[in-house]
Amino acid sequence: MPNLCVNIAGIKMKNPFTVGSGTFGNDGEFEKFFPIELLGALTPKTIRSYEWPGNPPPRLAEAAAGLLSSVGIPSKSWERFVKEDVPVLKKIPIPVIQSVIGRTEEEYVEIVKKCSDLGVFAGIELNLSCPNLKQGGLSFGSDPQASESLIKKVRKQTKLPLIAKLPPDYSNIVNVAKAVESAGADAIAMINAPRAMAIDYKTRKPVLGNKVGALSGPAIKPIAVYLVWEVYKAVSIPIIGMGGIVDFRDVIEFMSAGARAVAFGTINFIDTQAIPRALKDLENYLIENNIDDVNEIVGCAHC
Amino acid sequence: MIKSVKAEIVENKPIAPEFFRMTLKAETLASEGLPGQFVMVKVSPNLEPFLRRPISLHQINREEATVSLLYQVVGKGTRLMSETQKGKVIELLGPLGKGFTWSDSDRVVALVGGGCGTAPLVALAHSLLEDKKEVHVLLGAQTKEKLVCEEDFISMGAKVKVATDDGSYGHHGFVTDLLKNLIHDVALDMVYSCGPLPMTKEVVKLTQEASIPCQISLEERMGCGIGACIGCVCKVRTKDGAFTYKKVCKDGPVFKGEEVMFDD
Repeated sequence: MPNLCVNIAGIKMKNPFTVGSGTFGNDGEFEKFFPIELLGALTPKTIRSYEWPGNPPPRLAEAAAGLLSSVGIPSKSWERFVKEDVPVLKKIPIPVIQSVIGRTEEEYVEIVKKCSDLGVFAGIELNLSCPNLKQGGLSFGSDPQASESLIKKVRKQTKLPLIAKLPPDYSNIVNVAKAVESAGADAIAMINAPRAMAIDYKTRKPVLGNKVGALSGPAIKPIAVYLVWEVYKAVSIPIIGMGGIVDFRDVIEFMSAGARAVAFGTINFIDTQAIPRALKDLENYLIENNIDDVNEIVGCAHC
Repeated sequence: MIKSVKAEIVENKPIAPEFFRMTLKAETLASEGLPGQFVMVKVSPNLEPFLRRPISLHQINREEATVSLLYQVVGKGTRLMSETQKGKVIELLGPLGKGFTWSDSDRVVALVGGGCGTAPLVALAHSLLEDKKEVHVLLGAQTKEKLVCEEDFISMGAKVKVATDDGSYGHHGFVTDLLKNLIHDVALDMVYSCGPLPMTKEVVKLTQEASIPCQISLEERMGCGIGACIGCVCKVRTKDGAFTYKKVCKDGPVFKGEEVMFDD
């Protein structure tokens, strides 16, 4: 049997598979379809330090080979999260990487500290796609200086591996990746869904309730693979690759570009068996190609 | 229990302009599905179109181990469904969501259906009549030829009235006009509704004025159908007068009329 274990900044995953935050429910939705411990790590829904209802409907629109969404990262209050979610997350027998978001540096610092102090999580993913309210609404992750300043501040709050999840917008991702690495991030998750929108040709008005949303699914995969390729060349911390992965071929593509682990996202909504199938197929692929260790393919497209 | 099932198409044929009825051999859906629940249909063998389509259970036949879906061809997904041949096997996820409910004390009920919203009311009427309730069915359609399921309800023993937008059949006007009259004439214990949003809003208004409890089935664009993507939300009133978002796929699609907040 080939080795499937990967190590993301000290998070030991028995295989390279995790899920995109917000794509795997939070209420046991997928346990009906396969055991959660099949995953290398679980990344539950992003949490904020405050309650947030999310965006007004409609929140979804179909796109060619993808999904346009503006859910808006709804979040329950910290008290409810601790009471309702944490006891469930505690029992999960694989590493849990909690994803967090904030609108200001202070909110990120607060939520990272709170999550870290729980002692339940194997790592913390910082979703850097949120607009920085104090900097004119540009997302933290679009600005190397804002990202660096933020990572330095949250770094002081936790010893847990910090994973910076980067947005692909504004074509600055390589500089942002270098900035978060130098500021002390332990890994990079990429790419978050790029901003996108649709306009109804009949009404000539935006389709989504929030007007602007983000595109996910196979439509964004070539962009994500390219950006992983570029960032892999620029940093030495591990990359969790994501963006339109649907099967084992996509996994191999992302890993060859430089990802050490991968996240299945929107495909979970469409095909509840995508993950178990891809895991089996990946194993078979490694056997058929005489690859003893999945780590061998990380970045192999660069050689 | 929600399952991913593969089901053979026993029949798939047009029953009115734009309307198709697909019958599937699907044992678990037939034995576990309830009126008002739905399935997510994988309409093509590949990922184009990307999303599955939510379609309500229209008929649930436990003896034959079949379920039927009545759908209107409105876009790419439903067009592909309409082109899928009898004998083919398709993938479905279900049964999903919370369906209609009824209690022993309800004696006389009304079902209000508009357009394709009539579909789940057929399974509901079947169950209610089995439970020996007096069932009034009010159907609204654009035209006589786009009216569906009238004979199904009549043959079950329901009392049916029809309204058409163009007056080509039955009452010339809205189906809610018929509800107004029925509320006046008959003491109703419960009203069930499924149809376009303006109709649903009017049903809620009329039943609230008459203090009759009402259950409405909502339609929203859905991503996953199982509550994971949080894409299909509606506003539901909270005790403090504010609102919270509820998932149409998991908390619904059937809601109490008074709990949903409509944006005007």
